[in-house]
Amino acid sequence: MDKKLIVSSSPHMRSGTTTQKIMLDVIIALVPAAVAACILFGWNALLIIAVSVLSCVLCEYVCRKVMKRPNTIQDLSAVVTGLLLAFNLPANINPLIAAFGGVVAIVVVKQMFGGIGQNFVNPALTARIVLMSSFPASMSGSNWVIPFWYKASSDAMTSATPLGLLAEGKTEQIPSYLNMFLGARGGCLGETCALALLLGGIYLVARKVISPVIPLCYVGTVAVFSLLLGRDVLLDLLSGGLLLGAIFMATDYTTSPLYIKGKIIFAVGCGILTILIRAFGAMPEGVSFSIVLMNIMVPLIERATKPKPFGKEPEKHEA
Amino acid sequence: MELIFPKKPFHTHGGADVPHHKNTAQMETAVMPCPSQVTIPMQQHVGAPCKPLVKKGDTVLVGQKIADSEAYVSAPIHSSVSGTVSGITKVMLPGGQFTEAVVIDSDGEMKPCPDLKPPVVNTPEDLVKAVRESGLVGLGGAGFPAHVKLNVPKDKHLDTLIVNVAECEPYITADHREALENSWELLSGVYALRDLLDLKRVIIAVENNKPDVIETLRKIADSEKDDSDDIVRVLPLKSRYPQGAEKVLVQACTGRIIPLGKLPADVGCLVMNVTSVAFLSHYLKTGIPLVSKRVTIDGSAVEYPKNVIVPIGTKISEAIAFCGGYKKPPKKILMCGPMMGLAVTTDELPILKQNNGILAFAEEDALLPEPTQCIRCGRCVAGCPMHLSPTLLEKYAELKDTEQLNKLGIMCCMECGTCVFNCPAGRPLVQAIRMGKAMIRKAGKK
Repeated sequence: MDKKLIVSSSPHMRSGTTTQKIMLDVIIALVPAAVAACILFGWNALLIIAVSVLSCVLCEYVCRKVMKRPNTIQDLSAVVTGLLLAFNLPANINPLIAAFGGVVAIVVVKQMFGGIGQNFVNPALTARIVLMSSFPASMSGSNWVIPFWYKASSDAMTSATPLGLLAEGKTEQIPSYLNMFLGARGGCLGETCALALLLGGIYLVARKVISPVIPLCYVGTVAVFSLLLGRDVLLDLLSGGLLLGAIFMATDYTTSPLYIKGKIIFAVGCGILTILIRAFGAMPEGVSFSIVLMNIMVPLIERATKPKPFGKEPEKHEA
Repeated sequence: MELIFPKKPFHTHGGADVPHHKNTAQMETAVMPCPSQVTIPMQQHVGAPCKPLVKKGDTVLVGQKIADSEAYVSAPIHSSVSGTVSGITKVMLPGGQFTEAVVIDSDGEMKPCPDLKPPVVNTPEDLVKAVRESGLVGLGGAGFPAHVKLNVPKDKHLDTLIVNVAECEPYITADHREALENSWELLSGVYALRDLLDLKRVIIAVENNKPDVIETLRKIADSEKDDSDDIVRVLPLKSRYPQGAEKVLVQACTGRIIPLGKLPADVGCLVMNVTSVAFLSHYLKTGIPLVSKRVTIDGSAVEYPKNVIVPIGTKISEAIAFCGGYKKPPKKILMCGPMMGLAVTTDELPILKQNNGILAFAEEDALLPEPTQCIRCGRCVAGCPMHLSPTLLEKYAELKDTEQLNKLGIMCCMECGTCVFNCPAGRPLVQAIRMGKAMIRKAGKK
């Protein structure tokens, strides 16, 4: 009989939570928004989601192979990146552009820095920014596909986003709050349905995958500053990529601070930048830029917010 | 300053909701018959190892002192059976260090040593001396010699005794059974300590997953006669690992924070494990030193898990055989609980004084997932009761950057394992932290 015993360092028990299970939870949380996108924008949305996810997973697989490192597609993080990337694209975009976005997100942003947990900016958002500067005609302007275009009889298939309309002063064309809450507005395919995003967010908080600190501080800051600047608060909250960004992008583990205090600073920073870009910037929307900018600040924020170890005297700084 | 009894425990940071697996909590403790042979290592405590006082061929009786040391931080060792010393060998303890061990062939009669009589204890000094002679070490698992803990320097004023019945480790129910089966002894130990050390407050801290213990002890502790000032009270704690860790426990019970590198006595507290207090009371009455121990024998490889009182030095294999043997081939055997326990290399090792459990796991529970890359989820940070950043400690330990490790407070880590338990990537954080600590100690010695 094999009497050899396993000897290992304590503890000898695990909670059972794995990276894969966490990522699966995020995917589940993204399903309502994906379904909403398909209802609102038709099969195009599904096509873009599929292309983006496939591109990300394939890139992850090839990268790990080329770098001769263990394969990590089973941790499902590439699927999450693919979904988030797709959510940040217009439904009528050329699928090849979506596939290219996947390459940027996974190869350049994630794997070149060492893979999961090592990237310093959010892969999906960075890819979106790269696509925005590379293909400005497809990624911005006023040719966003309108919701339910596949049922519409008119020729006008595209419109501007609510924030775009606001920037152009065409406030009378902005959809009602209810329509914006349900997602019937122009915008990226996954960002429009506030209801679906909130459901996903509640699921993630209930499953303890994310702490509500970042989304609440982020959205709260936007609301407060919107009010101070005399803007339409509800419009600011329901439009653009705010909810998608606050719930799913700013809470990305790798690129947000580890400590509660840091999370608050990070989220408030995201909120301030978002509203500044919206109110004073040249672009109508600033969620992606604010989160990526704050991602870069994370090491500094963490340095300033390190908690004091239990019972340890505060460090004396030499004068 | 008026001492208050908290209505509910003070807030403590972090922790983990570990599964309890207290399978043996409702089972009466069994007493194991005398084994044919015991192996008694000379190192069953924190501190200097003992030197054997007996040699091959000597006849020994139960409770006879067979080893002692002149060092202050050490505790004498007594024979747990009557019989003949068959030799002195070397054994490898689970920590990897070798120590001498006295092997005694039992005559099966368990004849007690006639010299044993209750110690005369009238002053705290008497108590310290008596406790040293009893061989008592911290029975919660750490094995710190109890007389050192009780010998409080004059400049430190103790006001609070905390009796630790938290028992936050999964599976282990030895303290649970002790508190139920030996409640009167526990309380009389509490009163003895209260009177000898002139304590102003006694908090019996029990995790709230043991409602029967809370109820029983409350009934007994609420006594007009023995406790007219009502200074002995039971405090239910949240069932959250590591509630029973000394620093966490002191904070939960009193709100006091023990500074880094200091002891509970520095904040006026004395923390003792429930079994230690009950043993002490028994010893003061009978003079019988620490020769047997209640251990929880459990785990997926054990046929009939139960609590067993075993003579110290009984082989793990014999104790498990008493519990019906293995039902599946064991792949991992632990001394103490699964969170902080030590994995042993063989079941031929003897059971030590400070062991409160022996857990044997079958293959499916012995294997741990392969570590994957850290995803910076922050679960280790959120869970750390010492407010540390285990993920950063691991990185700096890999870089051998002792300066950063010190800055991050690595020495605060008590290796409770909460971070690893919570880690979705299965990082061996505690292992890395132990390496980091060793590096710092080595650097300090140079």
